[in-house]
Amino acid sequence: MMFETAFTPFQSLGGGALIGLGAVLLMLGLGRIFGATGIMSGLVFFENREELSWRVALVIGMILGPVLLFAITGSMPALTIPVSPAMIVIGGVIVGLGASLGSGCTSGHGVCGLSRLSIRSLVAVPTFMATAAITVFLIRHVFGG
Amino acid sequence: MKLIFALITGLVFGTGIAISGMMDPAKVLNFFDLAGTWDPSLAFVMGGALVITFFGYRLAWKRDAPLFGGCFQVPTGTDIDMKLVGGSALFGIGWGIAGFCPGAAIPALGTGRWEVALFLVAVVAGFYVRRLLSPAGSAKAAR
Repeated sequence: MMFETAFTPFQSLGGGALIGLGAVLLMLGLGRIFGATGIMSGLVFFENREELSWRVALVIGMILGPVLLFAITGSMPALTIPVSPAMIVIGGVIVGLGASLGSGCTSGHGVCGLSRLSIRSLVAVPTFMATAAITVFLIRHVFGG
Repeated sequence: MKLIFALITGLVFGTGIAISGMMDPAKVLNFFDLAGTWDPSLAFVMGGALVITFFGYRLAWKRDAPLFGGCFQVPTGTDIDMKLVGGSALFGIGWGIAGFCPGAAIPALGTGRWEVALFLVAVVAGFYVRRLLSPAGSAKAAR
């Protein structure tokens, strides 16, 4: 299924700046990289007990983000899911496997790694951007999903 | 104080994800759909985040230590190996199938949509698959 979505350069730029600010705050306050994959797997596997409490607080804050937005604007952010539950599950498993193998995802490699000019992230980000674009092309235009 | 700081930090990040459009799979998939209903918005998300982080990190690192003690922990690896390239390639494939990534899906839980929880459970299953593949190297999952 394909849906047109509105081009939102200003909202996206502003939201992106807040994402960056969150990453900077975590570095300034706790000296840590804002990588969602690392934070999530750390929580799931109870890695590093002394890191557990701030990770829990951080994740609660993240989840409250859209709730705060709802409280201010009176509407939830748009969330249209153009894929089937099966694709969510298959995609999710591959995302979890790939992000843990590759040591990072859009936040860890994309935002934090690129801004540090990390050579690993400079390889990882174009790689996952390219495979994501190829995947969407194949699903939508070759197999006609 | 440290935990309140972490909570507010998460809130800033999550609000940014919500405003930016990053948590909307329709928008994410359209960003990658160059041949179809292309929506370039997410390039602006990345641009905004990178400018702030590029300069903000360098300001933060002018300090000797983080506000709440300890030290700055930054990954220092420079190895370009198959795990990095193959893992990233897989990550992109999964992202292109589902339209969610972990950093967007965690805040998206706040919308109360069950599909988001389903995605995150699947991601955790993927973490487990990774551990089954190589139990020895599982300690350092990610950054």
